[in-house]
Amino acid sequence: MRAAGTTRFRAAVMGTFATVLLLGATTACAEETPTTNPTGATAGTIKEGLKITFLPKQVNNPYFTTSDNGGKAAVEEFKGVYSETGPSDTSPSAQVSYINTLSQQGTDVIVVSANDKDAICGALNEARTAGAKVVTFDSDTKPECRDLFINQATADGIAKIQIKLISEAIGADGGEIAILSATANATNQNAWIEMMKTELAKPEYAKLKLVATVYGDDNDQKSFQEAQGLLSKYPNLKGIISPTTVGVAAAGRYLSGSAYKGKVQLTGLGTPNQMRSYVKDGTVKSFALWNPADLGYLAAYAAGALASGLISGKEGDKFKAGKLGEYTVGKDATVLLGDPFTFTSANIEQFNF
Amino acid sequence: MTRMTTRHEVDDATLASSSGATSVAHRWFVARELGIVLALSLLVVVTAAVNPRFLSAQSIKDLLLGFTILAIVAVGQAVVIITRNVDLSVGSVLGLSAFATGSFFLASPEAPIPLALVVGTLLGAACGIVNGALIAAARVPALVVTLGTLYVFRGIDYTWAKGRQINAADMPAGFLRMGTATVLGVPVLTLFAVAVVVAAGFYLRSYRSGRELYAIGSDPDAARLSGIPVGRRVFAAFVTSGALAGLAGVLYAARFGTLDANAGLGSELNVVAAVVVGGVAIFGGSGSVYGAALGAVLLTTIGAALPVLGVTPFWQGAAVGALLLAAIGLDRALAVRVATRLRGRKARGD
Repeated sequence: MRAAGTTRFRAAVMGTFATVLLLGATTACAEETPTTNPTGATAGTIKEGLKITFLPKQVNNPYFTTSDNGGKAAVEEFKGVYSETGPSDTSPSAQVSYINTLSQQGTDVIVVSANDKDAICGALNEARTAGAKVVTFDSDTKPECRDLFINQATADGIAKIQIKLISEAIGADGGEIAILSATANATNQNAWIEMMKTELAKPEYAKLKLVATVYGDDNDQKSFQEAQGLLSKYPNLKGIISPTTVGVAAAGRYLSGSAYKGKVQLTGLGTPNQMRSYVKDGTVKSFALWNPADLGYLAAYAAGALASGLISGKEGDKFKAGKLGEYTVGKDATVLLGDPFTFTSANIEQFNF
Repeated sequence: MTRMTTRHEVDDATLASSSGATSVAHRWFVARELGIVLALSLLVVVTAAVNPRFLSAQSIKDLLLGFTILAIVAVGQAVVIITRNVDLSVGSVLGLSAFATGSFFLASPEAPIPLALVVGTLLGAACGIVNGALIAAARVPALVVTLGTLYVFRGIDYTWAKGRQINAADMPAGFLRMGTATVLGVPVLTLFAVAVVVAAGFYLRSYRSGRELYAIGSDPDAARLSGIPVGRRVFAAFVTSGALAGLAGVLYAARFGTLDANAGLGSELNVVAAVVVGGVAIFGGSGSVYGAALGAVLLTTIGAALPVLGVTPFWQGAAVGALLLAAIGLDRALAVRVATRLRGRKARGD
């Protein structure tokens, strides 16, 4: 069901924003004439009229609505033709028929968030043989099935920010903490949890003790119950980390209406709209996330650059992504959006997604 | 005809007459509800023994809140299942109503809460009317019709939501407070559930039309021959189920505060499980809404107790499944026993 939510926040890259460079050979191959940009560097322009289609894991998922709208804004900026299509469920093979259709329709770039890293591989490669470019974002396929992956955050970056936020919220005395995850076999969640454990081993976090990891299956009711269970089972619990949007909202709602409000700290990965009332009422001091609209925006620019021949997806390729500036392709043809952003009562009003 | 009557009375476990058959049946009724209460008590005692905080004031409040939504939907489902039908669309109706509640408050933040309750319930009833009308008009089994409307209603929800999410900050504080407020330690939402269970229980037991639902479930053809307006009663059962799912959707919005088009997705099977665990025979004609509500309490208490007991999440689904099989096994065993007894009694009596 809400498994979509689980995987909403896959990640796996690292990231520093790259400096601007030129696209030597690639640009030369491009049909467009390179132009000179204000910094003096030369950059190709994205062709007009490119057909770019976003294929999220699931339509009707607020997270993907936000990211795809970011993509739409970017596509409109470089005068491409934007469209969005996708399944309403997140079963592994649900996207296959959509990919086949897009391939037949002669779409220039398919920008996809994969429900399963293997299941859509065959269909994607067929589409590529037929001439389409494939950019994955949010959730990757196997590297050999796509041209580029736009990664929203690294596991390391997420783990670090989560531990830092919970440590700050609890204070210097430390205490017992627990993790409320999504599903027990979600690859990304488990990777983050492992990294968080590594992070907790550092001396500065010696006073934080991870006592339990529980799974709310990205279901409101189950997440509620698991949060209740944690507080019953661990009377000395000081904090909960929930690195999933559904879990952190459910835990926030539970804590805000319980006797534990303000006594047990909560942080996690959540969207500002979802967490607004819990930040305002003091249940949550801070939480983190990347901006899904920026993720879609970056993916669209990468798609445009790829289809215009400005980049090929090899390490070191550089391209401009409109208002976000310049990005460099990293190892395994991945582009990293940046570090997770921290939301607090001071800045939450500036965001609406 | 004699045979028919006997069978009817056996199935109709709560029929309040003083015949020998019914006293056996009455004991059966007691055994069914009592069994669930015992299982529930055992679960609570064991969990509390392992961890006394399971019975803290906050934890009890959580337990009471936990079963509210499931119990309300289960009552509606029980009414339908008693007539030998099933309503698989309840999860989608709940989701639709929950999203409607959120949108309603987005459009008119000053609207009174009771109005939201009425709107949600009426929307659910409208869905129930669609179900009931299709079943009555098309004469297609309810399983197929409601399987279809499960997707139709969810599809409407998706189309309407278009991926939007309605958050706690978008809804009036008073409405969200209703989701956590208590009266003398009992959550307000739970009072809704109690009112629904008592009202439905009283109706099914004491009203002629309520009794007729059991007759329909026992043997639809016999019920039709005895002049019971089967079509109308079944239609009403579906409207009731839809309305209760709609009400539950409003309460869902108040409790969880975060709504998208996926609210209640897949919950229909949980509802059917609660009803069956609660002793309502899946082929109709017997059981009570009290049992169904107790089934809901038991399932949600298991869900709350397993994390406290530290049972690994992988086993939780299996535990619920095992309980379901046990309930059906018990159902079958009791049915055989009652049938044997009745046969013996008949033989002596004739």
